[in-house]
Amino acid sequence: MFRVVREPIDPQELVRYVTDPEAGAIVTFIGTTRNNNEGRKVIALDYEAYPEMAEKELARLGAEAKAKWNIRRMAIVHRIGPVQITEPSVIIAVSAAHRDDAFQACRFAIEEIKKSVPIWKKEVFEGGEVWIGTQSGQPLAKF
Amino acid sequence: MKVQIKFFAILRERVGAGEIVKEVKEGCTVRELWRALQEDYPKLAAAETRLLYAVNRDYVNADHVLKERDEVAFVTPVSGG
Repeated sequence: MFRVVREPIDPQELVRYVTDPEAGAIVTFIGTTRNNNEGRKVIALDYEAYPEMAEKELARLGAEAKAKWNIRRMAIVHRIGPVQITEPSVIIAVSAAHRDDAFQACRFAIEEIKKSVPIWKKEVFEGGEVWIGTQSGQPLAKF
Repeated sequence: MKVQIKFFAILRERVGAGEIVKEVKEGCTVRELWRALQEDYPKLAAAETRLLYAVNRDYVNADHVLKERDEVAFVTPVSGG
């Protein structure tokens, strides 16, 4: 399950999806909107995607994870549009026979999302808004 | 020939459209298309950010030669997650 959606994401749906009788572990990662970034008071994050390509890239990195680690099932759902403080913007769930593979594949997935999947966040903060363009959460380089 | 170009995030805002169709010459590369767009849209000219290029939803390099009706996207540094 590799999706880009507009509505809130239900973690339980992903956990159910990756549940597998041969799995001894399910690892989940939930990325949420934090109320501050680099000293700014964040009001919300507004995500935009190239949805068709983003879903394709998510599936590609899922296949890559499956080739690298002994995992059973993987699900990644990324939300777009405004995501309020505390709400999830991305959820990853991975099942594996053993926890080490599940942890590593999950970590790999979130790091890869931040590198190559065509999704962008605009930070709406008190006093303005800015497109974020680096992994460390800094504004996009000079434009 | 015509190609379809998609803009997202800051590029969409700079261009004022999410999607355009543009006439290009046979043999036009992605890099040449980007330069032509910078002339069409001066607000793109100031872009100093790193760009990735996608054609038909796959990343390609800047020397990639375009074909009729290709879907091209310019990808500024991504920030999902």
